[in-house]
Amino acid sequence: MRTAIYERMIKMKEQLIKILAELRPDVDFENETALVTDGILDSFDIVSLVAELNSEFDITIGVDDLEPENFDTVDAMAELINELAD
Amino acid sequence: MITNVLDYLDRSAGLFPCKTALSDNKNSVTYEEMQNTAKAIGSAIIKRSGAKNSPVVVFIDRNIESVISFMGVAMSGNFYVPVDRQLPVKRIELIFSTLQPVAAIIFEKDNKILDEIGFEGERLLYDEAAEHEADNEALKLIREISIDTDPLYAIFTSGSTGVPKGVLVCHRSVIDLIENFAEAFDFDETRVFGNQAPFDFDVSVKDIYSCIRNGASMHVIPKLFFSFPAKLINCINERKINTIIWATSALRIIENLNALEKTLPETLKTIMFSGEVMPNKVLNYWREKLPDVNYVNLYGPTEITCNCLYYKVDRPFRDEEPLPIGVPFRNTDILLLDGNELVTENGVKGEICVRGTSLAHGYYNNPEKTAEAFCQNPLNKFYPELIYRTGDLAKKGDDGLYYFVSRKDYQIKHMGHRIELSEVEIAINSLPYVEAGCCIYDKPKEQIVLFYQAENECDKDILKDAGKLLPKYMLPNRMLHFTALPMTKNAKIDRVRLKGEYLDNA
Repeated sequence: MRTAIYERMIKMKEQLIKILAELRPDVDFENETALVTDGILDSFDIVSLVAELNSEFDITIGVDDLEPENFDTVDAMAELINELAD
Repeated sequence: MITNVLDYLDRSAGLFPCKTALSDNKNSVTYEEMQNTAKAIGSAIIKRSGAKNSPVVVFIDRNIESVISFMGVAMSGNFYVPVDRQLPVKRIELIFSTLQPVAAIIFEKDNKILDEIGFEGERLLYDEAAEHEADNEALKLIREISIDTDPLYAIFTSGSTGVPKGVLVCHRSVIDLIENFAEAFDFDETRVFGNQAPFDFDVSVKDIYSCIRNGASMHVIPKLFFSFPAKLINCINERKINTIIWATSALRIIENLNALEKTLPETLKTIMFSGEVMPNKVLNYWREKLPDVNYVNLYGPTEITCNCLYYKVDRPFRDEEPLPIGVPFRNTDILLLDGNELVTENGVKGEICVRGTSLAHGYYNNPEKTAEAFCQNPLNKFYPELIYRTGDLAKKGDDGLYYFVSRKDYQIKHMGHRIELSEVEIAINSLPYVEAGCCIYDKPKEQIVLFYQAENECDKDILKDAGKLLPKYMLPNRMLHFTALPMTKNAKIDRVRLKGEYLDNA
């Protein structure tokens, strides 16, 4: 079971990185730790990203989920998607 | 008679000395403190530069120090030019080479940028200038010799030749605008403005001077809050913000994210928007959530000092209906021109041309571009009278209101910014590995699309390198690589075909 969940996480993260790379090919997502706080992603990026994630992972990111902490790193985003997908 | 925006500051400092004038996340300042600090900065500029009616750059941020610096520059009898320190250095360099500023108000960290571009004018550290001793005699003398057509600020906008243009605006034009706003929208000292627009964007001029004229308060909202609306709504409620004059795109973000689904802003009385066409779909979302707020659509380019037309939303609109841009402000005249002929019939489109005190002086140090846009009123053969040609097409409805139709030329509105696509193309074509490139705007998707010819696909390099030349909002959102771009018979890139094929496949 553990491996199945792990596999699912890995796959989802890969998909997420693909979406991010398409949105902003100029950003090194895997090594950035303050995507929002440092202003690398701006409000227009967040709007496009939220729409993309909602449709791609069949989730609904609500107002309460829109916190900088949830978007500062790829891992935080993956965790948010995982939580909302359950 | 009010002849200087500082008369507003003096009046409010006299009436409400201890009232909070400006605040941001960290600091706040009363009217009396703002006046004193502005005098200190003004005295520092006078002492160090000795200039009058000359450009002083202010490196801006989302903070109250930016606005206090503007007032300081006005005190010195010069005009301020807000520059975003996050712009690519190359662009800052272009702005500086057009301006040749006599001084710059900076923070320690900005020295690096100024070193890089070889700035030779006076560098005034904000913290030092703010503590400078006020030279009341010199300040008084400057005020006595100032007239209301002296310049107050220059704001840079995208230019089609690849060089940004600095729109130069005088005190008189700002006073005309702000008096009209106070009258048309009942602004008084009870207003709390929630500033969204960056200070190098002329939308902020309305916040700053509506605040100072009326003895009101203005809160500078951090940029980050616009990505994370729960924080934004909290901020509005905590600060009791009741008036917002925002870019249309900022209101659209809230709708896109369905950010009003749980908590509502409770204190808002007036919501005004400008910068690009407001879709009724977005406005209806707001109107449904906040039905008791007054909504105002504002229209106008920087060159006529913010806005020349306004529409107080006074009836329901279906999502697919256009929202009028309304009627001209008092003391402003609108002409719809087809070439040099006046359009008189309702429903027929013409270029919006503006006549009045609100006209900017022109583009600083750029007589050619100035003469193109600010020209003699073709309907007046008898005395010199300038009009500004906006390049926007509009028509008048049977209801007596103006309606925006489209842009006339190659300029687009993207994410609230006015962009000349040719400026984007010039930057991209300057990259050594790009053989040719051209841009179109995919309006439905709101994307700048680049078609480029290069040996190999190089999307990443283009974004990285063009990012050193252009602000982020001007970078292409989609890129399509070609080994050979289609050409017309005249050996030009076949834009029509590219655009057609692209939109067909979309």
